[in-house]
Amino acid sequence: MLTVNFLLLGAVLFSIGVFGVIARRNAVLVLMSVELILNAVNLNFVAFALLHGNVDGQVFALYVIAVAAAEVGVGLAMVLLVYRNRRSISLDELSEMSG
Amino acid sequence: MVGAATSGWFLENAWLIPVIPGLAFFVIILVGKRLPMKGSEVGLASMAAATVLSVGALYQWIQRTDAAAGVEGESGPLRLLSGFARSIAASEGGAAEPFVEPIIRQWTWWQNAGIEFGLGQHIDGLAVMLLFLVTFISLLVQVYSLEYVRGDRRYTHFFAAITLFSAGMLVMVLAENMVQLILGWEIMGLCSFLLIGHWWEDEANARAALKAFFTVRIGDVGLLVGTAILFFGANAWSQDNLGTSGFSIEGISGWALSGEAGSSQVLLWGAVALFIAAIAKSGQFPLHTWLPDAMAGPTPVSSLLHSSTMVVGGVFLVARLYPVFWTAFDIPDVSLNFIVLIAGITIVISALLAFVQNDIKKVLAYSTVGQLGYMMLGLGAGAWLPAVFHIFTHAFFKCALFLCAGSVSHSGSHHSFDMKKDMGGLAKKMPITAGAWMIAGAALAGVFPLAGFFSKDEIIDNVGHNGYTVFMWIALGGAFLTAAYTVRATYLTFFGEPRGAAAGEHHTMEEAHLEAALVSHDAPHDIQQEPILEEEKVAHGLEAPVPQDVVAHGVGHDSHDAHGGAHGAHGAHSAHGSEPHESPKLILIPICILALFSIFAGFTNALAFGEEWEKFKEYVEPRPEAVELAALDEAGAETEEGANGLRLPQAEEGDEGAGGEEAPTGCGRTVPGGSADCYFPAVDHAEFTWSKALLSLAFVGAGLVTSWVVCVALYTKRNRRLVGLTDRFRPARAGYLFLANKYYLDDLYEKVIVHGLAHPIARAGYWVNQHVIDGIVNAAARVGRLFGGWAYRNIDQRVVDGAVNASGTVANSTGTALRPVQSGKVNQYGALLFGAAAVAAVVLVIINV
Repeated sequence: MLTVNFLLLGAVLFSIGVFGVIARRNAVLVLMSVELILNAVNLNFVAFALLHGNVDGQVFALYVIAVAAAEVGVGLAMVLLVYRNRRSISLDELSEMSG
Repeated sequence: MVGAATSGWFLENAWLIPVIPGLAFFVIILVGKRLPMKGSEVGLASMAAATVLSVGALYQWIQRTDAAAGVEGESGPLRLLSGFARSIAASEGGAAEPFVEPIIRQWTWWQNAGIEFGLGQHIDGLAVMLLFLVTFISLLVQVYSLEYVRGDRRYTHFFAAITLFSAGMLVMVLAENMVQLILGWEIMGLCSFLLIGHWWEDEANARAALKAFFTVRIGDVGLLVGTAILFFGANAWSQDNLGTSGFSIEGISGWALSGEAGSSQVLLWGAVALFIAAIAKSGQFPLHTWLPDAMAGPTPVSSLLHSSTMVVGGVFLVARLYPVFWTAFDIPDVSLNFIVLIAGITIVISALLAFVQNDIKKVLAYSTVGQLGYMMLGLGAGAWLPAVFHIFTHAFFKCALFLCAGSVSHSGSHHSFDMKKDMGGLAKKMPITAGAWMIAGAALAGVFPLAGFFSKDEIIDNVGHNGYTVFMWIALGGAFLTAAYTVRATYLTFFGEPRGAAAGEHHTMEEAHLEAALVSHDAPHDIQQEPILEEEKVAHGLEAPVPQDVVAHGVGHDSHDAHGGAHGAHGAHSAHGSEPHESPKLILIPICILALFSIFAGFTNALAFGEEWEKFKEYVEPRPEAVELAALDEAGAETEEGANGLRLPQAEEGDEGAGGEEAPTGCGRTVPGGSADCYFPAVDHAEFTWSKALLSLAFVGAGLVTSWVVCVALYTKRNRRLVGLTDRFRPARAGYLFLANKYYLDDLYEKVIVHGLAHPIARAGYWVNQHVIDGIVNAAARVGRLFGGWAYRNIDQRVVDGAVNASGTVANSTGTALRPVQSGKVNQYGALLFGAAAVAAVVLVIINV
């Protein structure tokens, strides 16, 4: 019962994160949405670890947090550079990669 | 064992003798031009070293032979002296002396199909004698060349080639097996081509070189075929009995005398093929035509080629494999065979040809052909030793004669060799050259007691003794003719009125060429003219108008004296202009040494003075008595340790009759079965009688006197009945033309064989080429073109290109279709990512459920 609540919360967070990634135009907000997705996944890991009485999920959650920190570091650095070059962080303007 | 020093360093290491000049060749070719004497010093040094080694080998061979005969307790000169005493004892007692084992060493060269091809040495009396002869004469000729070819445009190459030439002959002389013999043979063939064509800018010289090369090549085919035949014949026997391959000379000799070869056709055809090789190399009829043309080379080359190397190669081949010819042609029992027939014809035709030559070197060339005929006659008639002895003596006097001819052309006749135009009366101007020429010429004619007398007389004697009576008379007739043409050449060159260049007349190269062209109308390339050296051409330009310039030129040359003393002599020579004078020392010294040898070489086997003078026979001819195989094995083992190579028969065997029966005469080793391996047939020697010698001397004397009388009448007194006889008297004219055209043999070869045989073949080949081969090729091309067109249109354009284009089109349209996906918008990418993840999740759920 308790686990289901955790999973529902994780699903809500994940959906909000996906929405943020797809709908937001601000690069920083997109990055934050990615963090939301990652944390939704972390929540799932921990929930299942509780459900199965196994510590592996918790360890994996810690691992994801570490990777997420690195990812945010790199992501914010890129955003900062983009901002310095363009005075804007709107993703709509970053379409030079268009085929 | 008696006499510890029966082998010795020089004999064991005789293989070094050809190696040294061989290496010298590479040194001269690679760095010769940078050396102070342009590489000639390397050639000279190598020949000097080889001479020293071969003299050492000669000395040790004499020791070995003496030791084998049982001379004890003495050494050095004493041993040599005692040799005289012992040979007397031996001849009185009648006891044959034991076979002296040759010193054979072999290293594997390469292996193929279980057959080893070796390089090695086969040192016996014949090889030692020729090693000495070749190295000694090569050394003298190189000394002579220092002066003779000085300033030549290819001075370094001349010395390189002549050194390699001697090396080739030495390789052949030492040859342990037939493969090595062929190697040396071919090296000589190559070098003769290089040297005859030394002045190849003149087309006649290049043609002469080609002619020599190709004519000898005909014989080379015989050599290869003969070697192959003998290999297949002898290999089994040789492997079983001696443990050597059928290429080894020892094996072939043993097989030929073993009785297994007997009357087999294999042996006969092998011998015929080998003799064809000898005919071509030694200038025997009908392949002698290259030899006179070979005079196109520089005179030192002619001298070397005609005395001790090259042409002797053929005679050496026959002498080396004598058992083969002995058995194949059944020499002891018949009175006519292939060899003597060829040799007899050669002697007569070459002597007759020598009479119509105006070129002094060509007279000598035909005389060489004739003397080689004598050697072949001797070999063919069972007179092995006299023939080999004639090689020895002939080398000295023929070399001397050529060097004299060179000396005359160098200093007397201004590079002309035409006796009738540019010589005459030179005896007063060039006394030393003339003296040496006359000594060597008398030796050639066979005047007692010079070298040629002993050897030629022995051949004639033995030919008669062995039952070849007809050929004895031919040889005597040949001796008459030899004496006569020698006198003619001597008279024309050194006596009578000076003519042309000998009288101090100038004539330039252009004139000479014009004359040569006129003369060569009916007899091509009859007169050889050696190119005037560069510096002398300059001299001509200077001294032609006024005599004062000559002096000035002489002064100019004096400044060159700093280059070396010998050059000063040459400067003086040029200062004399074209006035005949004696040659410089470097030319005269070799000539004088050779003239000395022409006098004394005959005494090495002067049968006329008694048995004790037969040194040559004692040391060169293989002995007839066998040695025990046991003793041989023992000695062989010791030989490998370098200690001793002596073979002695058991003492009692010689005394008992039974022992003598078990070991047939003419054999080398007695094997345990009671038979013997033979390496040399038992040749018979004629007793010397003064009556026979006087008969041949009478022929020689008659030739000398007749010729002198005719020469004086014809060339000096201008006797009306003789002068122009060939123009007035029809048979005489026909005979003269027949001779002047060299029996039309050259025409036969060039017009009939080359034109008649080669040209139709060439035409047929051309027709086949044009019609058959071209037709096939054209048809193939047409078919190919048609097929190609079809393939282009259908396969290439449609299938291949279609596939390529289709894939391109597909890729293009796919790309166009997918292009909007790559919008460059991060959000869209994210949407796609999550959409894909959602689809994947749905798929996963469906699969798992």
